[in-house]
Amino acid sequence: MAWTKDQLAARVAQDIPTGSVVNLGIGMPTSVANHIPATHEIILHSENGILGMGPAPAPGEEDFDLINAGKQPVTLNAGASYFHSADSFGMMRAGHLDVCVLGAFQVSEKGDLANWHTGAKDAIPAVGGAMDLAIGAKKTFVMMDHVTKSGASKIVPHCSYPLTGVGCVARVYTDLAVLEVGPNGAKLVELAPGVSFEEMQGKTGVVVGR
Amino acid sequence: MINKILPTLRDAVADIKDGATVMIGGFGGAGMPNELVDALREHGAKNLTIVNNNAGNGDFGLALLIKEKRVRKIICSFPRQADSHHFDAAYRSGELELELVPQGNLSERIRAAGVGVAGFYVRTTFGTPLAEGKEIREFNGVPFVLQEPIHADFALIKADKGDRWGNLVYRKAARNFGPVMAMAAKCTVATVHEIVELGALDPEAVITPGIFVKRIVQIPYVPTPGMKSKV
Repeated sequence: MAWTKDQLAARVAQDIPTGSVVNLGIGMPTSVANHIPATHEIILHSENGILGMGPAPAPGEEDFDLINAGKQPVTLNAGASYFHSADSFGMMRAGHLDVCVLGAFQVSEKGDLANWHTGAKDAIPAVGGAMDLAIGAKKTFVMMDHVTKSGASKIVPHCSYPLTGVGCVARVYTDLAVLEVGPNGAKLVELAPGVSFEEMQGKTGVVVGR
Repeated sequence: MINKILPTLRDAVADIKDGATVMIGGFGGAGMPNELVDALREHGAKNLTIVNNNAGNGDFGLALLIKEKRVRKIICSFPRQADSHHFDAAYRSGELELELVPQGNLSERIRAAGVGVAGFYVRTTFGTPLAEGKEIREFNGVPFVLQEPIHADFALIKADKGDRWGNLVYRKAARNFGPVMAMAAKCTVATVHEIVELGALDPEAVITPGIFVKRIVQIPYVPTPGMKSKV
């Protein structure tokens, strides 16, 4: 047993206090929005210049001038605002956002993040807002599979892929566990139901403290 | 009488010379001034340096400008998209130079050009390949990376409403890069869906003051087409 993607999104949502301003990255992190408890008031930020982003519109109601960072149509919640790109990234850079949740290729035990480029020679590089987000929020969470498709740990002593940011990740949420990372290395916060510490440690490329 | 309104898109881009640096607004499809980009393509300028968040998609606008080998260099944050095949081909062939800039650095470097700032330092990119060759300086023990402004000869942007002084308001999240690009270029050209009388725009709500805009052209409102999502 391990967390499904939906259960994992719900687990991340648990760690986002009411009142937070949050940026959810493209892909898996976007689904965290579906699991914010109804009792919580969370303001979602979108890099293209929105605070107070709401859910996807009903079919037929799409307006492609109102999109999220993944270029999918969204709506606004009451209280929302628009602003230009430099203000939007200023909000990140200056630490005005409370939490951002990002996907990753690799996270090091010190909290280094690699999520923009595999380093493959023929790959077309694209960075978007990844580096700005990684270092910008008060807390950066990573949400990812614990291991790659071939079974290699995505939590590593040192990232082998080009870095997105240095020492920027606070917590890693995977299908197997929640781990803290940082200057003191990786430390267990919580195991997914039915996952033993030994099983998780066996699939992790660094020593996990407990 | 100050009147920045021009009758046609062609007039608005007629003096863009070969080798010019041209900023193009937009994030994905929202705010992409495709009508002005088409006019630029028909006008024929080549050897261009383009500044845009992306690098064209599909078979229209900026993607066609790249396909027709009119772009020498592109400065952008996210060129790779599901349908960026014209960029992909030009980049892989080595004909198109790419300066990849994180989106926050891109927007702030553009803003810096617009407000007379010669350089500034950010933490973003420290320790990554995108900081290579750039000056690193510590402030209070934290390393920052020097960023320099991006100036342009022209900015092509899409707004919603404007007046003959060049005051602009935008439509929803199509605002994105428009306001900062308008500030950074020697000559900013904006399309609007509606031209209103002076005084009709609420001064409290004007987003781009007319000082930053040299030319305005009215175009019909066409809903922004959807895009394939990021790959």
